[in-house]
Amino acid sequence: MRHTISVLVTNEFGVLSRISGLFSGRGFNIESLSVAETLDPKISRMTIVTSGDDKVLEQVNKQLNKLINVIKVHDFTDEEHIERELAMIKVTSNADTRAEILSIVDIFRAKVVDVSPRTYTVEITGDEEKIGAITELFRPFGIKEIVRTGRIAMARSPKQK
Amino acid sequence: MKKNGAQVFIECLLKEGVDTIFGFPGGAVLPIYDALFDSPMRHILVRHEQGAVHMADGYARATGRPGVVVVTSGPGATNTVTGIATAYMDSIPLVVFTGQVPTALIGNDAFQEADIVGITRPCTKHNYLVKDIKDLQRIIKEAFYIATTGRPGPVLVDLPKDVLNAPCELKYPDKVDLGSYQPNYKGHPGQIKKAMDFILSSKRPVVYAGGGVILANASDEMKAFSTKLNIPTTTTLMGLGGFPGTHPLFLGMLGMHGTYCANMAIMNTDCLIAIGARFDDRVTGKIDEFAPFAGIVHVDIDPTSISKNVRVDIPIVGDVKNVLKDLLKAIPPQGAKDFKNNTKEWHGQIKSWNSTHTLSYKSDPKGKIKPQYVIEKLYEATKGDAIITTEVGQNQMWAAQFFKYDRARTFITSGGLGTMGFGFPAAIGAQIAFPDRTVIDIAGDGSLQMNIQELATAVQYKLPVKVAILNNMVLGMVRQWQEFFYNKRYSHTCISVAPDFVKLAEAYGAVGLRARKPDEVEGVIKKALSIKDRPVLMDFRVDPAEDVYPMVPAGQPLNKMLLV
Repeated sequence: MRHTISVLVTNEFGVLSRISGLFSGRGFNIESLSVAETLDPKISRMTIVTSGDDKVLEQVNKQLNKLINVIKVHDFTDEEHIERELAMIKVTSNADTRAEILSIVDIFRAKVVDVSPRTYTVEITGDEEKIGAITELFRPFGIKEIVRTGRIAMARSPKQK
Repeated sequence: MKKNGAQVFIECLLKEGVDTIFGFPGGAVLPIYDALFDSPMRHILVRHEQGAVHMADGYARATGRPGVVVVTSGPGATNTVTGIATAYMDSIPLVVFTGQVPTALIGNDAFQEADIVGITRPCTKHNYLVKDIKDLQRIIKEAFYIATTGRPGPVLVDLPKDVLNAPCELKYPDKVDLGSYQPNYKGHPGQIKKAMDFILSSKRPVVYAGGGVILANASDEMKAFSTKLNIPTTTTLMGLGGFPGTHPLFLGMLGMHGTYCANMAIMNTDCLIAIGARFDDRVTGKIDEFAPFAGIVHVDIDPTSISKNVRVDIPIVGDVKNVLKDLLKAIPPQGAKDFKNNTKEWHGQIKSWNSTHTLSYKSDPKGKIKPQYVIEKLYEATKGDAIITTEVGQNQMWAAQFFKYDRARTFITSGGLGTMGFGFPAAIGAQIAFPDRTVIDIAGDGSLQMNIQELATAVQYKLPVKVAILNNMVLGMVRQWQEFFYNKRYSHTCISVAPDFVKLAEAYGAVGLRARKPDEVEGVIKKALSIKDRPVLMDFRVDPAEDVYPMVPAGQPLNKMLLV
């Protein structure tokens, strides 16, 4: 099963390699990884997508916690949360296809961020499925390049007071 | 006059209570060696950096205090890796300081540069590169704190030469501020109650104690727990000495070369109480069939140890000493009368296992020396009052089986990593910590040659370390596997081209003694024990055909033992 895990770490050099080394050394998977500073510049947040059975995930969680630089580990799997990825897709366009591409962009609430005589570059954010869906729709036009970020996630706030 | 980083470094170590460092100089650590020149700090000059780490490790295991190492950059640093990995696997507190090229040269493939922080990341508990002199003292403080607290382990600190030369003022912090590292020492009261209820409801309980008992200095509590509830107790290799080896409740070691009784007890228990142990594959055998009838209580300070290999029913995360104290308090005031009645039958069963297949070997008084016999004679001659270190292989297993360890920190061995060449430098480290005690490395001829150069160190410091070489002229344990599992195809395990160990000892300025026949063994041991001013190599020419029994072949359940 796939899990999205948020890891708060001290913002120091070498921390990323400690985390990635832990995953490779113990045979855990990393499907995606994104890292950036938090509001506190001394702390960074890593969002890691990994997969494995319950036993593996228990170890992932505990082993991460064991690292001196790790402050907090949070697995989003069993709670309501929002996940987002961002992708930039350079899709081939010509006079015949431009309108159709733009309408797809519109439907997906994506954005055209660069135009050339033969391409559109489209920026889209969303969960994995949404990005997968638009990619499939663009595929028949010819995708020249696609760049995707890792996934980020945030817990939903409780609905009641 | 303002001090430099290197001078402050030494003062920080003194403030930390360090009395001995093990090291080898080189270009990048010249500032430290200059500061050492007129410092009260004792420095032991080794002959190879691996030796320094094993010595610090032996010192740490014998005393419970962290071992400290100083080496230079590049090859000096990379030579420490095996020693660090050895300490990491056995959770031994070490702080290893490596020199590094000046910060401006880092990454430039400078002379004697190695990315030792990168290299040792997976085999240290934590490591540091000190990039700025203002961080030096905080990092030293943190390094000692991390190495010695929680589940102990080695910490490496990489010190660039310009940092060591930078002006600096002594301001050693009193405490550390590490929000992200907060080991949990106290066991959860609910879990402790649950564990005690479960233990008291069982009929066939066994304690399985590991190295954690020794690391936590909890051998008294361990003994009190087992005796108060009258529970048969086995230990791992690392746990030997954590429970008295001559105690009637002691079943011997468990696992691949464990006793028949200990392994049968594990396979039949309904309540396995694991204390400071980690269910290593050499202990469990075939994991799916390990302790098939048992509910498992597991006490460990490291949460990652729990349910890593074996499903645990009642985990208790905490310091073994604290948890054992709490468990002792949780024994109901009227004692555990019902429990003791309910376990009577089990004790009868244990007794009968204990008498069926005791540890034994076929003695041959007129023929070749049996290695087990040498160890029995060492035990008799020292009356068990010695610190024993071992190399790795058959010598290690026989030392575990045939010497009885009644006290913690008297059996020092590389259990997790299984490092050949560990025992001799570890013995030197232990002897430095305890100059007046008898320290014996039970060695094989193969392992000893991996760090034989440290003879010079032992001679230089007039250390009366004894080395009992069980010299069978083969790499015995590998040869044993070839005999059992590879159709006696003895591929590259014969090392009969070896030095004359007696002459070799003499060449170094040590004493060499030899026994070729069983009736010479006692004389050699007696002579060796009488020598107090220099190391002694005892070359026991033992029967090369001797194998270690019992043996659970790898991947088999513990009750599938090959017996003598």
